[in-house]
Amino acid sequence: MKVLVCISNVPDTTTKITFTDNNTQFNTNGVQFILNPYDEIALARAIELTDGDKGTVTVINVGEANTEATIRKALAIGATDAVRINAKPHDAWFVAYQIAQYVKANPFDLILTGRESIDYNGSKVAGMLGELLDLPSVSIIKKLEVDGDKATVEREIEGGKEILTIPFPFVAGTAEGVAEPKIPNMRGIMSARTKPLEVLEAVEVKTNSEIISYETPAQRGQVKLVAADDTAKLIDLLHTEARVI
Amino acid sequence: MSVLIYTENADGKFKKSTFEAVSYARAIADQNNTSLIAISIGDVSNNELNLLAKYGAEKILNVANAQLKNFVNQAYASIIAEAAKKQSADIVVLSNSFSGRGLAPRLGVKLDAGVVDGAVSLPDQSGGKFTVKKNAFSGKAFAVVELTSVNKIIALTPNSYKIIEAAKPAQVEDFSIEVKASDFKAMLKEIVRSTDKVSLPDAEIVVSGGRGLKGPENWGMIEELADLLGAATACSKPVSDAGWRPHSEHVGQTGIAVSPNLYIAIGISGAIQHLAGISSSKVIVVINKDAEAPFFKVADYGIVGDAFEVVPKLIAAIKEHKNVA
Repeated sequence: MKVLVCISNVPDTTTKITFTDNNTQFNTNGVQFILNPYDEIALARAIELTDGDKGTVTVINVGEANTEATIRKALAIGATDAVRINAKPHDAWFVAYQIAQYVKANPFDLILTGRESIDYNGSKVAGMLGELLDLPSVSIIKKLEVDGDKATVEREIEGGKEILTIPFPFVAGTAEGVAEPKIPNMRGIMSARTKPLEVLEAVEVKTNSEIISYETPAQRGQVKLVAADDTAKLIDLLHTEARVI
Repeated sequence: MSVLIYTENADGKFKKSTFEAVSYARAIADQNNTSLIAISIGDVSNNELNLLAKYGAEKILNVANAQLKNFVNQAYASIIAEAAKKQSADIVVLSNSFSGRGLAPRLGVKLDAGVVDGAVSLPDQSGGKFTVKKNAFSGKAFAVVELTSVNKIIALTPNSYKIIEAAKPAQVEDFSIEVKASDFKAMLKEIVRSTDKVSLPDAEIVVSGGRGLKGPENWGMIEELADLLGAATACSKPVSDAGWRPHSEHVGQTGIAVSPNLYIAIGISGAIQHLAGISSSKVIVVINKDAEAPFFKVADYGIVGDAFEVVPKLIAAIKEHKNVA
């Protein structure tokens, strides 16, 4: 089985998010970038599925040269090889379009993405890839089991789950539950340096969205503390002041 | 031009988030002086369909077909895109639900449309631009996105827009199109619903527990409190990582982002990753025995105290409040 895992390079989860240039640019100063946590889950499952010479795992990233540390991390975790499309990831459509062009020339049995990137939280690339490649797509899965020429997946829904069977090839966005992220071992880290990383130029495509500015959430006022033995007071405040119960 | 709203149902009933999206779409139609057309797919009664008129739908397209009773991502996307073309809709609105997140990107490609998912407020159409504010950095910020395409798709975050009554006379019309067989490759085997529980992304009140609760055996009081408030239960990442609670309850940067009216955090210290997922909650209550817990800095109300003493008292106080009310 040939698996493609689409990966993003995102700010570490502990990052304090600030902006510059009159709130039009994300301030990357001092920010540590990591492999998107949901993509780590996708990668871990891809490695499990192909373990023991049962296939290969290719990771693909649309990004500039500064994402290579993250790509090498994915190789250290256990991907077979990597592709970087050399371009700024303008928006989900741009990224999906680039990856779709690559897949049209290099078919895969299974294409995984994380359910969303933790920077722009789009969860769009999986669905767009599905549409561009005329393949089924499942946006947020919690489980993925292979059963011959098809897979059984669990899709998250509000207040429950759906169990689906899908023939290969298809596209899915992975969430927690699909696999536990893997930590690279020393052999992985050593071999990552020499694994193939192909750099391709981007294809030109019209984009249709633009981030024009950012805002940070409104600051809350000072917390109102209520004594531990006066829970009735808290209920009263929630009822009469906050009006939420 | 017109605005098309896809009205998602669960077991034949429209959810609150669907009515929120209808109200939101109505307001967009008003901004543009145009009509609002709803499309429903599945097995929904006429009575239920007519509810859409109450929130401003002027035409209700009903796609009733046994093959489409349950959600099929590709087929639903084909139908909605076709309806948008036939109705000359240049703006398509839907809820940013789990299914909506599957549909929006496919619709974007089919209609050559820019997509804003996780929208939190109405579009700003001043100065010849069309911009929409959306969640970004997992709740740590918002991004204002300009859609530069003619067609536009907007997926609205649940609990971020109020339901507004704006009754219009409306007709329900049957709508059907041929859907190609290859749109049905994904086959639904089973739907498992935890019927006794309030769904976390839709919940108006969320009661959430952290490591301070010491173990899964202590969740009884969290569930009792949630039941009394009609709330969903949630947890922090260490709790789901330890297997005390299912991953589907994990709220935070790498879990689910919620925006309830009331978020009650019990025994959660308030790591930046957790706060990211809950920052758009309208009111936050924190119960923690550590007065220095960072969570108090973003809370509206707080109790410094041991959860094992405070929560039972809180439960008693709510029961008392309910008796009086």
